[in-house]
Amino acid sequence: MTPEPLPDTLPDIGGPAQPLVTCRDLRKHFPVKGGILGRQVATVHAVDGVSFEVRKGETLGIVGESGCGKSTTARLLIGLIPPDQGEIIFDGRQLGEELSLRELRRGIQMVFQDSYASLNPRLTVEDSIAFGPRINGLDRPVERARDMMARVGLEPARFAGRYPHEMSGGQRQRVNIARALAMSPRLVVLDEAVSALDKSVEAQVLNLLNELRRDLGLTYVFISHDLNVVRYISDRVLVMYLGEVVEIGPVDEVYAAQAHPYTASLFAAMPSMDPDRRTLVPPLSGDPPNPIDPPAGCRFHTRCRYGEPICATTKPVLRSFGESRAHCAACHIHDPASGHSLSGKDFMPQGLPR
Amino acid sequence: MLAYMIRRLILVLPVAFGVSVICFLLVHIAPGDPLTAIMAVDATAEEQAAMRAAYGLDRALPVQFLLWLGNLVQGDLGRSIATGRPVAAEVWRAVQNSLLLAATASAIAFPVGLLLGFIAGYFRDSWIDKTVTSAAIAGVSLPNYWLGMVLVIIFSVKLGWLPAMGAGPAGSDGWAWDWGHVRHLLLPSFTLSVVPIGIVSRTVRALVGDIYRMDFVQALYAKGLSNLDVLIHVIRNAAATALSVMGLQLGALLGGSILIETVFNWPGSGMLLSNAIFQRDLPLLQGTILTLAMFFVAANLVVDILQAAIDPRIQRS
Amino acid sequence: MAVAEIERAPAFKRRGYWAGVARRLMRDRVAILCLAILAALVLSAIFAPLLPIQDPYQASMVARLKPIGTAGHPLGTDEQGRDMLARLIYGGRLTLMIGLMPVAIAFFIGSTLGIVAGYIGGRVNTLIMRSIDVFFAFPSVLLAIAISGALGAGILNSLVSLSVVFVPPITRVAESVTSAVRSADYIEAARASGGNALTIMRVHVLGNVLGPIFVYASSLTSVCMILAAGLSFLGVGVKPPEPEWGLMLNTLRTAIYMNPMVAALPGLMIFVTSLCLNLLSDGLRSAMNVKE
Repeated sequence: MTPEPLPDTLPDIGGPAQPLVTCRDLRKHFPVKGGILGRQVATVHAVDGVSFEVRKGETLGIVGESGCGKSTTARLLIGLIPPDQGEIIFDGRQLGEELSLRELRRGIQMVFQDSYASLNPRLTVEDSIAFGPRINGLDRPVERARDMMARVGLEPARFAGRYPHEMSGGQRQRVNIARALAMSPRLVVLDEAVSALDKSVEAQVLNLLNELRRDLGLTYVFISHDLNVVRYISDRVLVMYLGEVVEIGPVDEVYAAQAHPYTASLFAAMPSMDPDRRTLVPPLSGDPPNPIDPPAGCRFHTRCRYGEPICATTKPVLRSFGESRAHCAACHIHDPASGHSLSGKDFMPQGLPR
Repeated sequence: MLAYMIRRLILVLPVAFGVSVICFLLVHIAPGDPLTAIMAVDATAEEQAAMRAAYGLDRALPVQFLLWLGNLVQGDLGRSIATGRPVAAEVWRAVQNSLLLAATASAIAFPVGLLLGFIAGYFRDSWIDKTVTSAAIAGVSLPNYWLGMVLVIIFSVKLGWLPAMGAGPAGSDGWAWDWGHVRHLLLPSFTLSVVPIGIVSRTVRALVGDIYRMDFVQALYAKGLSNLDVLIHVIRNAAATALSVMGLQLGALLGGSILIETVFNWPGSGMLLSNAIFQRDLPLLQGTILTLAMFFVAANLVVDILQAAIDPRIQRS
Repeated sequence: MAVAEIERAPAFKRRGYWAGVARRLMRDRVAILCLAILAALVLSAIFAPLLPIQDPYQASMVARLKPIGTAGHPLGTDEQGRDMLARLIYGGRLTLMIGLMPVAIAFFIGSTLGIVAGYIGGRVNTLIMRSIDVFFAFPSVLLAIAISGALGAGILNSLVSLSVVFVPPITRVAESVTSAVRSADYIEAARASGGNALTIMRVHVLGNVLGPIFVYASSLTSVCMILAAGLSFLGVGVKPPEPEWGLMLNTLRTAIYMNPMVAALPGLMIFVTSLCLNLLSDGLRSAMNVKE
């Protein structure tokens, strides 16, 4: 079955080979005010030089610890906060040049984590969904809202006039998805969109998302800290640490063998049903360093088991790796010229202590 | 802590400046000439101009303000138009009497309010809680100047137990801690304490009730702590907010006692203010209000710092 | 499901927010009783000229300070022999007006300032909120008396001074409520849908902030009432011979030895009114689910 996009969806310009979104060197620093006069005393390096592509029709999973810049990246992507530096290119058109913020928001929509907080408590579900189409001058916003409700599995006749507090968490999250879809986006950013749901409801919503993607030809950026969920829904996965991309690659490859020591530790921390794979030693100790003052060189070197002097001085770059060349990691181990003792040996880091 | 205190002190400066601007402007929003009260009816234009120059009223407003502010920081609040005496001295004498009244009212209100609020919060939704809550609402709804009249009717007119007016026996000047003086203090200070009792008990009740519902209290009980031990934890958590409410009330009592002072003829700042208003003695009005407002600002400052000392979270916000 | 089919399906019965508030309020017996008393006071004040009562200005040297229950004067007479019942009913006109209007005025000014400060944030917020802070340096009674004292007695001056007193607290509450709403996820979602600041303000902010601000303002009416009557009691509010509860209380102070019950009556009216306003505001707060 060929996907049938929603009415008023922005046309595909560059064809299937052109990435839907390209981010280049995105940076966002937040000032920290303090002192007696409230001057800027420090900077939080929330997102620090992030580059990646989102291909048409794929689901890109983004994982990382809390505070690693996942949500800031999402907000940069849909233009909720302006980047300090870097460019966002949507289907070949650069934001701020050929593409206006308003058009970008027609093309990219977002679903937030907290299903309750992201719905106006004083609007009915129907009004919340119709708000976007209405202010963007799309045809018949109310009918559109009801159509979207039907698509996400909420019977319009029963739910249209309800207020958020009259619905369950799963139902509200469906409303949030409907609201995003009502703008006929091509890309939906799902920021921990299923994290707050019960496991059974989570599975239903994930299936719904998969169906919608297939039927409507959507592209997803799926942000989560739950590696199982990311594996289930994503085609590729991107791993962030302290505002930087440390690894990106096809889900199967990354889940089979992690190229970056951080990713390896992250996967080692996953609980397993297999008694032979019990996690006895914590794979990562301590908290992530303070993003106000990130470590020099490789940001992970302070917690890395394979850390060597080179890691503290030189920042590794993201380089492709393996046979498919689709798998990239930012680690000196995979750079034959780095001088790291393990480099050039096709060594794959282990998450757990040997 | 020291950094917090310094920051807090610096933040007070613009407020204090703003207060002085408002007090200065008070005189200038007043209709008519501030000198009409003392100017001879048949004064010639030259005499009027001379008088105006003597009081500095012929200069531009910002210049007047700066001159006034300059005197102010030296403790000079100008001279009363009605009596010709320095305002600062008059205000200081009156404020002492008002402080006595406010402190006594606080000494009644705070323990009573805290106790009632605590009991009501602890026994939330019981009949005790309902009684205390109703009484508190009645307390904050009472026009205290009327309560003062009613108390005078009961204790002075009907029973004849306590004096209705003044701050001491006839002919006494100044305060003394003897029965003759103290009995004059009882009615006004009790009257003044009713509203703060209501406010403090309502706040503390809500506070204690909320804290008892928090998870950490469950955890304390689960650890096997006795009721008394848990109570200590609850008190520690309620202390900072309760303190700030009481601090605000103390300041409000000092500035808000004017109506009660009028009812009881208490020779405090309120009486001074009301005299200043009726004699249209604007420098006196200005000086009294400025002094009371500064006391209020200082009370808030002290409360903030104490609060931060009790609850370190406040320093960081 | 086809669109036509959806159109024909029975519409979910919309229960508006305010209908829910009204229903919850109707179940609150205390609030309803207070509402009834206040309504009776307001209506009798408005329609005072139509009621079969005496002229409130008609003095009589021979009928001074008659006690409660005197023939022809069910609530007695005041120190000039004027009928207390008539004066209390007519007194409601000014007292209620000066007691309620300033809060209404302050509600408009304060919520405008606070919503603007809270929504725009940044320097605008700092400017507005720091200016407002200065007024918090005055206890409310002192500020009201200071301004009234400087402006002189009179109804308009009382309205002005009391409005000035209540703008700062309402602004502060409006600002904090608005700041909280502004950072809510649904505002971000609305921005992501391409809404401009004004549209988001109209559709998403106002509906969520006006309720809590209104409840807070309603809790100030009782204080305003007491303060308004207090100004007249001090002699810086309404001027004689107008009937006004605070002023009546003042002029009757001399009568506490001769006829204490009559002298206390105007104060009782102020007390009952402010108590009803407080209880009604509490009822409104729980009916609207506004947290303290």
